[in-house]
Amino acid sequence: MTKQKKWLLSCIAIAAFLGVVFLLEQTIPKSSNWSMLFTVLEKGSIYALVAVSMNLVNGFTGLFSLGQAGFMLIGAYTYAIFTIPPDQRASVYQYFDGGIITFMLPAIPSIILAGIVAGFFAFLIGLPVLRLKSDYLAIASLGFAEILRAIFQWDKLGPITNGSNLLRKFTTYHTSLYPIIAAGICIAIIVLVINSSYGRAFKAIREDEIAAEAMGINLFKHKEMSFVISSFFAGIGGALLAMFQTTIQASVFRAALTYEFLLIVVIGGMGSVTGSIIASYLFIACREWWLRFLDSEQYIGDFKVPLLRAGFRNVVFSVVIMIIVLFFSRGIMGTNEFSWQGLGGLIRKIPTIPARLSRKFKKEAQVNE
Amino acid sequence: MDFFRDNLPYILAGISVGGQYALIAIGYTMVYGILRLINFAHGDMFMIAGLMGVYAVTWMPLYLAIPFVIIFTVVLGFLIERAAYRPLRNAPRMSVMISAIGVSYLLQNLALYVTGGLTKTYPTIPWISNTVTVFGATTKVVTIVTPILTIALVVLLMILIHKTKIGMAMRAVSRDFETSRLMGIQIDSVISMTFIIGSFLAAVGSILYFSNYTGVMPTAGAMPGLKAFVAAVFGGIGSIPGAVIGAFIIGICENIIKGMGLTTFSDAFTFAFLIIILIVRPSGLFGEKNIDKV
Amino acid sequence: MSKENVLRVSDVTMQFGGVVAVNNFSMEVNKGEIIGLIGPNGAGKTTAFNCITGVYAPTNGRIDFMGETIVENHPSGKMKNLYKGENAGKYTKAIAPTPDKITKKGIARTFQNIRLFSSLSVFENVLIAKHLHAKQNIFTATFRLNRREEQRMREESMALLKEQGLDKFKDDVAGSLPYGLQRRLEIARALATDPKLLLLDEPAAGMNPQESDELMEFIRQIRDEYDLSIFLIEHHMQLVMGVCEHIYVLDYGIKIAEGNPEEIQNNPKVIEAYLGVDE
Repeated sequence: MTKQKKWLLSCIAIAAFLGVVFLLEQTIPKSSNWSMLFTVLEKGSIYALVAVSMNLVNGFTGLFSLGQAGFMLIGAYTYAIFTIPPDQRASVYQYFDGGIITFMLPAIPSIILAGIVAGFFAFLIGLPVLRLKSDYLAIASLGFAEILRAIFQWDKLGPITNGSNLLRKFTTYHTSLYPIIAAGICIAIIVLVINSSYGRAFKAIREDEIAAEAMGINLFKHKEMSFVISSFFAGIGGALLAMFQTTIQASVFRAALTYEFLLIVVIGGMGSVTGSIIASYLFIACREWWLRFLDSEQYIGDFKVPLLRAGFRNVVFSVVIMIIVLFFSRGIMGTNEFSWQGLGGLIRKIPTIPARLSRKFKKEAQVNE
Repeated sequence: MDFFRDNLPYILAGISVGGQYALIAIGYTMVYGILRLINFAHGDMFMIAGLMGVYAVTWMPLYLAIPFVIIFTVVLGFLIERAAYRPLRNAPRMSVMISAIGVSYLLQNLALYVTGGLTKTYPTIPWISNTVTVFGATTKVVTIVTPILTIALVVLLMILIHKTKIGMAMRAVSRDFETSRLMGIQIDSVISMTFIIGSFLAAVGSILYFSNYTGVMPTAGAMPGLKAFVAAVFGGIGSIPGAVIGAFIIGICENIIKGMGLTTFSDAFTFAFLIIILIVRPSGLFGEKNIDKV
Repeated sequence: MSKENVLRVSDVTMQFGGVVAVNNFSMEVNKGEIIGLIGPNGAGKTTAFNCITGVYAPTNGRIDFMGETIVENHPSGKMKNLYKGENAGKYTKAIAPTPDKITKKGIARTFQNIRLFSSLSVFENVLIAKHLHAKQNIFTATFRLNRREEQRMREESMALLKEQGLDKFKDDVAGSLPYGLQRRLEIARALATDPKLLLLDEPAAGMNPQESDELMEFIRQIRDEYDLSIFLIEHHMQLVMGVCEHIYVLDYGIKIAEGNPEEIQNNPKVIEAYLGVDE
């Protein structure tokens, strides 16, 4: 397959996908069970963006950073603060006399601003934190995310952040295509970074810091770059998440949220962009949609299925996660990327899968003995 | 002196919380020392122990319930290591860490399912829930008992590690995993022992902690867990005395901050403190310095 | 002295806590020379290399490269009292650049234990080394506004691989190459940074006599082709004696001898350091 042909194929696939989403949106009523599909597409895209941004730092640059929730928080707040219409501010900021900001910005500049503010904070936080090594970097970045959360909930900043109260009534989107396209553009830019000369330098740092430095790569500068770019897109992801949820509150952006993205990145494969994207959609679809029936009582004929009640869905979901983590420790994609040849090969291989699996299990059983 | 008198209740509370953090932090620091694994599930073990305490007293008398909770937690810790960490012994470090996050996720969701998301009231344990007056400040007995019990347990642990054969094996494994294996040390039993000790201390910690705070909810383990881990890093991860001292410092500072009316910032302060320490002393207060060999 | 000086190391001392790894070491490399550094295990050879390449900041002393002072330090802080070396008051400045800055000035190196970017391809390994001199920034690189520069980097890397006979492995994962080729790739990668001085840390380690003969030829060849000066550490005496014009000998961090191969071979101190003394 030539390069142009591959491009063409990809463009057609993307256009077809967007077209199908558009058509479905016109035809599926909001009340149907299938409307969950849109939740999955929207939230999945937003998660994919944040997961890919996290992969840039953790998977491609080899830094163990756990600050993603903090940067999403900054992005979400920046976006929300600047897009609440002035005439609604009195009701949103009811405990703070309508807040101190009296204007609003259009959505797209606000989204970009969200990224810039997140990136700026990442730059400042990176100055001390990126000098630390592996696990120390992880705990320090996690710590900064927690500090940011406390600051945003601080009463004294209430006129800007509304303290620990909800921010709402800001501009949101009206079609599922919006987050899909926005996330798509951002992921495309991240892919361009990864495949550029700088992306190669990031990978060199991941492979061997000392050798990278001996090749003239300024470790600190490049780590800072990767960290800021990643946070910029995490900020945009936060803004999109705010739009998706229509309200936001600092308490959502806990360390647990960062862990979710780390899970997605690892399940998809560290260092694989397509892996992160696929894992994001699967993660959201599984948790929000496919397993939903487990949360309510179900009957098969007259038989009441035991155990099913609120909360069971998440138990099953975490068991599924554990199984994936234990049995596919390299992730869905490893460090590979999606390619048309790969897909073709996979389709041809499908008939042989049962045989291969049984061989694999036999081999593992032998190893375990 | 005025500062001391005004802040006495907070200092007492701080020492008590510090002791409870210390008991959790030891579990983190020992596991890290041996497996280089941040055991994200440890805080949730602590929460499960608390929840088990709530249910156990409804099934049996108190004097049986307490040992039951401790044994249950130890068995759970042992099983988690077996099921979730041992299969990944030769996998990349990140995979094991993710497995720990997965276990944490599972424990929290199980707790949510069982409790229905409600906060459960921790049973009142006679004597340690009584109030006493110390230097004019009124507090619960548990506040006084915690640091004493903590220090006693740490002393016992230090004796175990420095005087017994299994302790020697533990120290050897934390120095050099591969070489100890070649020297014929049963790595798996050393690791199991580490998890057993860590879970035991977390269970004791949970009894003390929840006697003080009374409410157990599925996310109750997250913050104390994170703080205990911070304490372990603060003291120099891998060092038991470091973790204990770090935990006491963090407990006391956090409560003084609360006393100053900055409750929103008490958690943030802990992390700020940690970051400053890491920048000044990248391997914590008592940690060993590692130099990369070129 | 008509030769152009490339590297001058003056009175360099490296002390870790109370241990003096390199003591008052001075040496120089002139343009086009191949200089050797030998000594028993633990003599401080690699430490000397690390001081020159910026991995460590020396405790005391100065290093000049192409007439410019690139590293200078003097005992300060706690070291002031601990310092056991000489020339304590001679140097006053504190210049301690990171390794990447030194590579940018034109000193490249290889490592004792090969340090390739092992899960990347052979081609990428060399291409990464081209990053430092590229005229681009993160913006132009991301949005492909640097096409000509990227093209140049790729062409130069490809040419270099061809010259080193590695072009048929260009898409292989670097870590999967046989040992000898990994060594060669590491040298190719160092050459890709356009150095004026190349430091080789035990290039013949793990090679059989025939391979090390080839290596000798190869070292001379790259010196001529790339207009380099070369400074190497080696245990393999035959290679050092065969290829180096001037040799320095370290023992316990102290320079015990220097001279041409013949002088070194007959120097009783060197023989003593390597074989010990008869009691």
